[in-house]
Amino acid sequence: MSQTTRSEKKRNQILPAIIFLIPGFTLLFVFFLGPLLYSFRISFYQWNFAHPDRSVFVGLANYITQLTNPIFHRAILNTFAYTLITVSLKMVLGFFVALVLNQKIPARSFFRVAYYLPVITSWVIVSLLFMYMFSGMGGLVNYFLKDVLHVISKNIMWLADPILALIPVILVDIWKGVGWATVIFLSGLQSIPMELLEAAEVDGASPWQRLIKIILPLMRGTIVFLIVVLLLGGLNSYVPFQLITHGNPMDQTHSILTLMYRATFTRMDFGNGAAISYLLTLFVFALSIIQLKLLNKPIGE
Amino acid sequence: MKRSKFLYKAVSVLFLIVGLGIVAVPIWYMVSTAFKPQTMVFEMPPQLWPIPSTLKNFVKAVTTDHFLLYFWNSVKVAFSATILTVLVSSMLAYAFARLTFPFKENLFYILLLGMMVPPVMLIIPQFIISHNLNLYNNLWGLILVYITMNISMQTFLLRGVFENVPRDLEEAAMIDGASPFTIFSQIILPLSGPGLAVVVINSFLYSWEEFTWANVNIADSANRTLPIGIALFQSEHLTEWGQVFSASLIALVPVIIIFLLFQRYFVQGISTTGIKG
Repeated sequence: MSQTTRSEKKRNQILPAIIFLIPGFTLLFVFFLGPLLYSFRISFYQWNFAHPDRSVFVGLANYITQLTNPIFHRAILNTFAYTLITVSLKMVLGFFVALVLNQKIPARSFFRVAYYLPVITSWVIVSLLFMYMFSGMGGLVNYFLKDVLHVISKNIMWLADPILALIPVILVDIWKGVGWATVIFLSGLQSIPMELLEAAEVDGASPWQRLIKIILPLMRGTIVFLIVVLLLGGLNSYVPFQLITHGNPMDQTHSILTLMYRATFTRMDFGNGAAISYLLTLFVFALSIIQLKLLNKPIGE
Repeated sequence: MKRSKFLYKAVSVLFLIVGLGIVAVPIWYMVSTAFKPQTMVFEMPPQLWPIPSTLKNFVKAVTTDHFLLYFWNSVKVAFSATILTVLVSSMLAYAFARLTFPFKENLFYILLLGMMVPPVMLIIPQFIISHNLNLYNNLWGLILVYITMNISMQTFLLRGVFENVPRDLEEAAMIDGASPFTIFSQIILPLSGPGLAVVVINSFLYSWEEFTWANVNIADSANRTLPIGIALFQSEHLTEWGQVFSASLIALVPVIIIFLLFQRYFVQGISTTGIKG
């Protein structure tokens, strides 16, 4: 193909490209990029929702308020602990379930669908369900611990304790999330050539050696992808906290986002709400850049 | 060798069955509670199946408030958002996978940014914008925001899928004078079925169950979607758990139908999106 027709071909693509891009980028500019910048501005104001023109510029005051607020510190601690625990457990459990499901075993597709059921059940429903199972008086969990296992002598008031209240929040996330990690791991496992594993087996490699030397290195992309998405999801957790603990008791069980929600829509303090969300975003952003670097590294490095 | 393999499989199946139990207990408890009269919801020891069981909760759930209206609103929102998300993100993905245009890389970074920014942090300005565009208390306000929040991830997935479509067909079509639009609709889309199925499931689940934005953007009970309706059941009715869970079960029906329809493409589809190693 000659030079002219090639550049002509490229030019011919610009108009179609614009048409293909316009719907998506219009939405992104109006509902994503615009809001992103707008809320940055709001975070420096004592924002007046009814009369934005009467908002008062306060500089970094909202940020300082939050950074020195013990409730915010507690929310950060809760969010990080929750993220760390749920992400690692979902990764480990999801990986083992995927390994097992990747073999030829009876009723394999039944198990696959069954393990995915919690994933498609909505957050609102499963949060309410776990709240109900962890009821202080006569919930299923107390019954099981007290009357079946006899490890406790009287009912635990799960939701009245700032630490114990986080247990149902963490468990519901793991219960709901393992199936998704499993499916992603499965698709990664299926891209590993069978011949490679068979050859290793013929050479006398134990299942453990095959796991460490072949499967894990070849799954690096999948593992990094899962960590990225699960970490983001964990740090942004909102519904289970909001519905199960409501931040109670004494605002000790907020996640960063339930705290943001409360500042914004309960107290109508948009400035402080925006500051909280920017503090979270800064952190998430730093994390994402590190992860993108990891993702882009060529395999085998 | 044979024997250890058999043992390994037996342990695997046992592991799966234990896991299945853990998955099943909460689901069983939800289903059985939906059939319990209110006086029995905290009765211990729990019965495998409540006796006496009742359909009253379902009748009450459907007739109380505007449950059927919430359901219908959710159907409208989820179907529109899903169809439009598939359309918009496959158009974007095609442009990024196959076309040449200026600022391609910068635009792609803007798109990726959408995957990194927590959706809830946008709620404040989205709320203000929604007021200004008359989308407040309007189902379109939900639909447009759901599409936007989904575009980045789904475009990213589909770009991977489209890049794996063999180029020979397209080149042949191009020589025959086919436009990018013909190639997109006649070649790329039909060859990307499993990948598109993943996008359908992802976007439908998201818009069917989204709670936070719907809770902010909808004021009138006539425009509520199901997740809001169900959460209100819990707080408004002195928690009649039977009613909460019968409503939840009804809400799960469409999700399960969509999932069963598309699930056979699911694992296959995810591996065509190129997130694997």
